[in-house]
Amino acid sequence: MKFAVIVFPGSNCDLDMYHAVKDELGVDAEYVWHDETSLEGFDGVLLPGGFSYGDYLRTGAIARFSPIMESVIKAANEGKPVLGVCNGFQILLEAGLLPGAMRRNKDLKFICRPVQLVVENGGTMFTKEYEKGQEITIPVAHGEGNYYCDEVTLETLKANNQILFSYKDDINGSVNSIAGITNEAGNVLGMMPHPERAVDSLLGSNDGLTLFKSILSHWRERNAITS
Amino acid sequence: MLYEVKVFISLKEAVLDPAGAAVKSSLHHLGFAGVEDVRIGKVMTLQIESTEDKIEAAVTEMCEKLLANPVIEDYRFEIEEVVSQ
Repeated sequence: MKFAVIVFPGSNCDLDMYHAVKDELGVDAEYVWHDETSLEGFDGVLLPGGFSYGDYLRTGAIARFSPIMESVIKAANEGKPVLGVCNGFQILLEAGLLPGAMRRNKDLKFICRPVQLVVENGGTMFTKEYEKGQEITIPVAHGEGNYYCDEVTLETLKANNQILFSYKDDINGSVNSIAGITNEAGNVLGMMPHPERAVDSLLGSNDGLTLFKSILSHWRERNAITS
Repeated sequence: MLYEVKVFISLKEAVLDPAGAAVKSSLHHLGFAGVEDVRIGKVMTLQIESTEDKIEAAVTEMCEKLLANPVIEDYRFEIEEVVSQ
């Protein structure tokens, strides 16, 4: 399996993302600069955190129109796993690949610390190696992680089991304490917490590695069936 | 024709504005007890070369695609001709 790690001007978690899949998960990965237009040959797409375009206008608003994004949308429509973390999540929201939007954290503080998450849906390509209801520790680092969607959207997210992770305690004011959601098809995940920063017990937790293991194990199963 | 366009962007009524709430509380501390609500928005000033029949549709498209996020923000704009000196 080969991952693309998309690098925007202002990305700063790209090295951690690359390390997580290349060194800890042990699969192939390559950086792809935002000016590129093709994601040919990649089986999964990772949008790292950071401050793409300095968060000008709105978080993710300008990165969403980077040349590579057309290929990211194409990969998403083809059913390939697409994971956006933190700023990557914000870009997926702006691109319309996921519903909703981000607001400033309710207490206006930049929150940077490990938090407890609850795995709300354990059966997906991103969470199959977790148990539903499992509590995991993954760090967050954001000033605008206060997820918003209207009530109709929230009901849809719940009905389709699109909420994969929620904060055990409300940390930023997010609707329903949402920490991570997928699209309706389930192959695009956006989450504010950083699984790539929790891939080794030396880092305080390896709960994030399980997410990458889930993607790989799902990919292997699917390819074994089709080949 | 050259136009100057002012675009005003604000959070939708239903969306909580934590920065506005902090400013309101600070105004209360300063003694402005009558302040009931503060909403923080953005103003952008654009100079656009266009024609009278196209300018409004163009600015609307800019707002919908990039300048505002319709999920959480409302926008309005004012268009004025730039009179050459």
